[in-house]
Amino acid sequence: MIFDYNVIWENLPLYLGGVLVTLKLLAISLALGLLAAIPLALMRVSRQPAVNLPAWLYTYVIRGTPMLVQLFLIYYGLAQFPAIRDSVLWPYLSNATFCACLAFAVNTSAYTAEILAGSLKATPHGEIEAAKAMGMSRGKLYRRILLPSALRRALPQYSNEVIMMLHTTSLASIVTLIDITGAARTVSSQYYLPFEAYITAGAFYLCLTFVLVRLFKRAERRWLAYLAPRKA
Amino acid sequence: MYKLEVQDLHKRYGSHEVLKGVSLAAKAGDVISIIGSSGSGKSTFLRCINMLEQPYGGKILLNGEELKLVPGKEGALKAADPKQLQRMRSRLAMVFQHFNLWSHMTALENVIEAPVHVLGMAKKDALEKAEHYLAKVGVAHRKDAYPGHMSGGEQQRVAIARALAMEPEVMLFDEPTSALDPELVGEVLKVMRDLAQEGRTMVVVTHEMGFAREVSNQLIFLHKGLVEEAGCPREVLANPKSERLQQFLSGSLK
Repeated sequence: MIFDYNVIWENLPLYLGGVLVTLKLLAISLALGLLAAIPLALMRVSRQPAVNLPAWLYTYVIRGTPMLVQLFLIYYGLAQFPAIRDSVLWPYLSNATFCACLAFAVNTSAYTAEILAGSLKATPHGEIEAAKAMGMSRGKLYRRILLPSALRRALPQYSNEVIMMLHTTSLASIVTLIDITGAARTVSSQYYLPFEAYITAGAFYLCLTFVLVRLFKRAERRWLAYLAPRKA
Repeated sequence: MYKLEVQDLHKRYGSHEVLKGVSLAAKAGDVISIIGSSGSGKSTFLRCINMLEQPYGGKILLNGEELKLVPGKEGALKAADPKQLQRMRSRLAMVFQHFNLWSHMTALENVIEAPVHVLGMAKKDALEKAEHYLAKVGVAHRKDAYPGHMSGGEQQRVAIARALAMEPEVMLFDEPTSALDPELVGEVLKVMRDLAQEGRTMVVVTHEMGFAREVSNQLIFLHKGLVEEAGCPREVLANPKSERLQQFLSGSLK
């Protein structure tokens, strides 16, 4: 087997551009997803059915359908309706980057909401009682005790979600975006070298994953120090 | 005038009546010990005072101000005005059996949390006060430690400092030494004795008969949700009149 380095070397700029696109998709969808996940998680721990149920339905539907189907529905499906094509949203909904970010953000928001809701529910009851006994209002209880504590404890699970999302962004290549996988597709079809093209993509994802894992390890050392074994 | 007055408190879980009309009155500087076997309702009574449990009937007055209660669903009373309840709770600091420190905060952060975010104290002042109270209960050297990295005795002393930092009118102690190893009980009791000697008003649910006898000036013996016997701790413990208390003491008094 001969590995064709030259082709990869020549197309490195294409791959590096792909890394930027991947990172952009990841950053935007994670930021929006987390922003939406916090209120969703708070709804999910509510005892009021009218509050809980919509959030439950949302996470159930989103987690119950494949990412690719959601992406196709948003990018291809919505374009079928003249009302959408004529609406003010069309410039956005006809844009592949926008559609990919939207689909990814919706998807990760559902998973992240469930992670956070689980973490919120696992807050030791005594800590909540202590906050009440000190005279905290409900709002303060959430802002000062529940959310800071739950967000920290969700870190290890959330790091998994982030890595999954990194890999999920490869679906963007199907809706014409040149992310890492998109670059590999281009190289593969231009030179008929699928092995070289995709192994290079794999190597890029591996490096990014490595960096993400290291970042989360650092974050855990800082914010989860209270759960670590006592030092000296 | 009484600092804390509780009148005719009733509480039930479903059809099971836990408190059948318990009252208590504490003047400034009073230290009231509440004893009783498990299931007597003593912890429930204490937890009703700051509404961690919802009573079904009764009155709670702090410094003569009555906590406004209205019947909620299923008949349990709830605070009519959450703001009033929050204000009264902030003046009724509680120390729990299982410490209940906020685990993601250091000792110092635990102590300044409520003064800053409930009382609205400036952070600088709260830090000064926190250092003072942590030193007072003897855990100043552990101020940057997380609760999970401290011994039970240290955690409970931090919890006492957290309560003290609110400068409360009345301190409620819910079996503060019951979750501690025997050799750590003494350090917590000593802190509580010092507080009593400073003239702080305290209501203590306890199994420590020595503390009840030596430190408190009122003793309440609860049995099946009623005050079976009450009075001066030395007299009551030396000459228990009711058969229940005699039985209880023969099992526990050393």
